[in-house]
Amino acid sequence: MALKETPSQTVGPYFAYGLCPQQYDFDLKSLFTPELVSPETAGEHIMLVGHVYDGEGNIVFDAMLEFSQVDANGEYPNSRARVAETGFRGMARVGTGTDPQHRYVVRTIKPGRAQPDEAPHLNVVVTMRGLLTHAFTRVYFDDEAAANAADPVLASVPAARRGTLIAKRTEQNGNVIYRFDIHMQGDQETVFFDV
Amino acid sequence: MDESTLSPRDFDSHPAYVHPPYRSSILRGPTLPLIPLKEKLRDQRAPVYGTDDLGPLDHDLTRNAARNGEPLGERIIVTGRVLDVGGKPVRNTLVEIWQANAAGRYVHKADQHDAPLDPNFLGAGRCITDNEGRYRFLTIKPGAYPWGNHTNAWRPNHIHFSLFGEYFGSRLVTQMYFPGDPLLALDPIFQGTPEQARDRLISRFSIDTTQESYALGYEFDIVLRGPNQTPTER
Repeated sequence: MALKETPSQTVGPYFAYGLCPQQYDFDLKSLFTPELVSPETAGEHIMLVGHVYDGEGNIVFDAMLEFSQVDANGEYPNSRARVAETGFRGMARVGTGTDPQHRYVVRTIKPGRAQPDEAPHLNVVVTMRGLLTHAFTRVYFDDEAAANAADPVLASVPAARRGTLIAKRTEQNGNVIYRFDIHMQGDQETVFFDV
Repeated sequence: MDESTLSPRDFDSHPAYVHPPYRSSILRGPTLPLIPLKEKLRDQRAPVYGTDDLGPLDHDLTRNAARNGEPLGERIIVTGRVLDVGGKPVRNTLVEIWQANAAGRYVHKADQHDAPLDPNFLGAGRCITDNEGRYRFLTIKPGAYPWGNHTNAWRPNHIHFSLFGEYFGSRLVTQMYFPGDPLLALDPIFQGTPEQARDRLISRFSIDTTQESYALGYEFDIVLRGPNQTPTER
């Protein structure tokens, strides 16, 4: 390798007006929002909701999460024209500082399969004050048991920890809500990947 | 290309997750080993965005939030190239920055430091790199500010940077510092970086970038992970 990587540093507590300005009501257009899709995007519309917890079980109110996924057909968007056509943005960014309960709330669709052997999932970047280097994790779905059982990435995770990667489906007032909490430490520490 | 993977993350270049002198890391940094996940680059997509998404003044923090005048403080030019570890320019990639104002105060509502806000300064900007991988911002030199990490703790002057690069795994969130800052030796966030890598976080004063009678220039190159040279099996 010719060059060395620039080191990571924490996102700090004050990222909101730079990275999520509209969500936090600052006067700047957000390039990425908590809406990964538009209302007209094809697919099963879902909400992905959860808390981020620190090692003592405190709710982290200044985390920022980014979610990336394929569309219902297993495709990533490859151009802005395609995004405009389908409303499928492929990426959401959300802070935990605006919800009254300090949850993150993402509106999206259930992803298809990116590859035939892979279970539906989202890729996640986790950043917050106190995290000197961002962490990568994934969200799988508890109603995809057969696909999850065949997924090579889940298979690489010790069985006792796989549950930390699986969102739980509920339905409320006709809305499909998947709950996915992130535990930075502790008995339920979420699996983080060396991507 | 489809079968190749990303260069491995060089952990000797990055801070450990838990660095106790930085108190917030103690309960927030993961403690268990990371699980290796060697995706092929075809599965590693950076988000879609384009120059049309940006406003015409997004790169100019001295003007992009001006209401009734110019922001106070020392105007500076911050520029550099985004490269991958193989030395290839990362073109058309998004660079987002945010920072305190000249008095060391952030616009963020949670910042309660008793220093004035500047009605003509937001402190957020973004741009997209050109064909040489170069970005360029015009801004105000950020002030130092106190924080609660330890007694008499002050953050060195810094600008926050966020980049995706070409792949999901080349994501980088970092901070750029200024040369000769005496607070660097006392800052647990900067000092949490492996010693041999710290200098890469410090910008370089450049008289060539400095614009006569207008603004001092600082150069800050950024190196992201890139494609592995040899394809590997998953």
